[in-house]
Amino acid sequence: MLEIKNLVVQIEDKRILNGVNLTVNNGEVAAIMGPNGSGKSTLSYVIAGKEDYEVLDGEILLDGANLLEMEPDQRAAAGIFLAFQYPLEIPGVASMTFLKAALNAQRKARGEDELTTPDFIKRVNAAATQLEIPKDMLKRALNVGFSGGEKKRMEILQMALLQPSFCILDETDSGLDIDALRVVSEGVNALRSPDRSFLVITHYQRLLNHIVPDTVHVMHGGRIVRSGGKDLALELEANGYADYRESEAA
Amino acid sequence: MADVTLMKTPAETALAQAYESAKTTLPGSVESRAEAFERFTRNGLPHRRVEEFKYTDLRALLREAAPFAGTPSADEARTALQNAKALSGVEALQVPFVNGHFVRDAVDFHGLPEGVEIVPLREALASGHDWLDRLSPVEWARQNPVYQLNTAFMADGVMLRVTEPVDTPIHLRFVTAGASAVATATRVLVLVEEGASVTLLESHESPDGANHQPNDVVEMIAGDRTKVRHIRLNAEGDRALALSTLAAKVGAEAEFFSINVVAGAAVSRHQVFALLAGENTNARVNGATMIKGGQHADSTLVVEHAAPHCESRELFKTAIDGDSTGVFQGKIIVPHHAQKTDGRMMSAAILLSEGGTMNNKPELEIFADDVQCGHGATCGQLDEDLLFYLMARGLPRKEAESLMVQAFLGEAIEFVEDQDLHDVLVGVVEDWLRARA
Repeated sequence: MLEIKNLVVQIEDKRILNGVNLTVNNGEVAAIMGPNGSGKSTLSYVIAGKEDYEVLDGEILLDGANLLEMEPDQRAAAGIFLAFQYPLEIPGVASMTFLKAALNAQRKARGEDELTTPDFIKRVNAAATQLEIPKDMLKRALNVGFSGGEKKRMEILQMALLQPSFCILDETDSGLDIDALRVVSEGVNALRSPDRSFLVITHYQRLLNHIVPDTVHVMHGGRIVRSGGKDLALELEANGYADYRESEAA
Repeated sequence: MADVTLMKTPAETALAQAYESAKTTLPGSVESRAEAFERFTRNGLPHRRVEEFKYTDLRALLREAAPFAGTPSADEARTALQNAKALSGVEALQVPFVNGHFVRDAVDFHGLPEGVEIVPLREALASGHDWLDRLSPVEWARQNPVYQLNTAFMADGVMLRVTEPVDTPIHLRFVTAGASAVATATRVLVLVEEGASVTLLESHESPDGANHQPNDVVEMIAGDRTKVRHIRLNAEGDRALALSTLAAKVGAEAEFFSINVVAGAAVSRHQVFALLAGENTNARVNGATMIKGGQHADSTLVVEHAAPHCESRELFKTAIDGDSTGVFQGKIIVPHHAQKTDGRMMSAAILLSEGGTMNNKPELEIFADDVQCGHGATCGQLDEDLLFYLMARGLPRKEAESLMVQAFLGEAIEFVEDQDLHDVLVGVVEDWLRARA
């Protein structure tokens, strides 16, 4: 279970999050929607541990453990996974080398044995097949020269391999064509389980047709301003975010 | 008018005395030595006001000139070679030097690969061997004070001739042994005859804590249609002041690849003088340097495109940790007639600490009007966003840094096609990264 309590965050003296409260239960898929600049991506970075942000108040607990006291790698080992909106290109680091290093680093942090190479390759191949990732893509440097869709599929591949307990999808649908959206969504749905939760950040309802959420939260001005079931997404799609802008002005 | 006497540093005085007492006992004709030493003494040890030594002030760095090493006993040589580790694990014909002296007992002269001849330099100098005419093939080197010192003092080495494509790599293994400081001046001449090919390995090592001062020269004449792969590793001890020169004259339609990997020595300067003397030749000169603590590593490079239609690529990567200092000085020269030259030089450094320094000086000297040449130099830190991405996947910061440094240096090592050799060099990088973690 992830609990965010009164989270206040700024970057370079600019307040982005103004007291976010959010609880995501085990097995729940929570969607966060909201206009540009409402603080959605900031929230995802702060959960994952990016340094640039200054947390002024509040806490983030994963199964009771205080994430804010952990380095990003420790958070990853504790079960947090952020699928980046813009996955980074890392020249010179072969995707396979990276995947193995990441997987074994997490296993080591949890006191588990490192995977043998055949075992590792078996797992990668299984996940790659499901996500329609060709083998030669895995031999290339991580994300270098990958298309937008390939990068997003690679993110989901990492998620499938690392088996996190809390997954954040930051605008995973951006830059995806319809086929890629289907493949990525199927990859995510295959990972849904009673002990894995998801935070799905998106502008559009489209993604939520494929990854159907249990709860939908509207973020605006650095706060969660409304929460509801999956129908809330349809309502937003029909009416836009104008209501929330007006309420702010009033 | 008063006599003007040039001030001499203690090291310069010691070198002059060493030369006076050694010149009659060193093998071979005195003339070329005398000429080289005379050229050296005109300016003495180069200092920071000499442009090519601006960032590596030898007059300041070489406070005391160590005495030249004597010939090691058979036992001493054997022990030194047994302890030698650099580039071991690579199957190769061993051509070892201990304290600047060729260990001929370690070479099976009757079992040399087909197409390989080796002549000990000491004997060749004494007897006036035919190949001696081919020594010092590159003028840029002859003008260089470090090279001049080697020429003045060279006592031993080998001349090596390759007359056909040879599969077995040849490993020139330079070991400086013992705890008390010695100087060496080893010279190796490699003749790669037309159509031949060879992989030449070169390793340099010495014990930590010893102030050794090796000054080694490997020079090469590679004929037309030759293929040369040269892989050099500086694994010197942490107190060594290591000077080295590669001088190569390369013929037409040839492939000449050289990489220098630097992990060792307190102070090192590796100079490359490459003369592309025939058309349609392809040259690649790379460097991968990793330094920490107070280390100082200088890569100085002159590539002269003396013939048209040649292509050269120079890629130097430097990882700087602690308070160490890296230097890159590279120059591509294209004379009037060398049209259709394609030369590209790049030096990139990453600073892993607050205290490190990198001096980058890429230069182009172009007199021809139909060429494609470029150079670039960068110096920066590891990208924090990339580090975050790796850490968000579970890699601890040091491991994430290591992966990125490995990728960074790996670009310079990539062209080593032989998988075993490539892996050995990657291992050098990994060892260095492990030591800093």
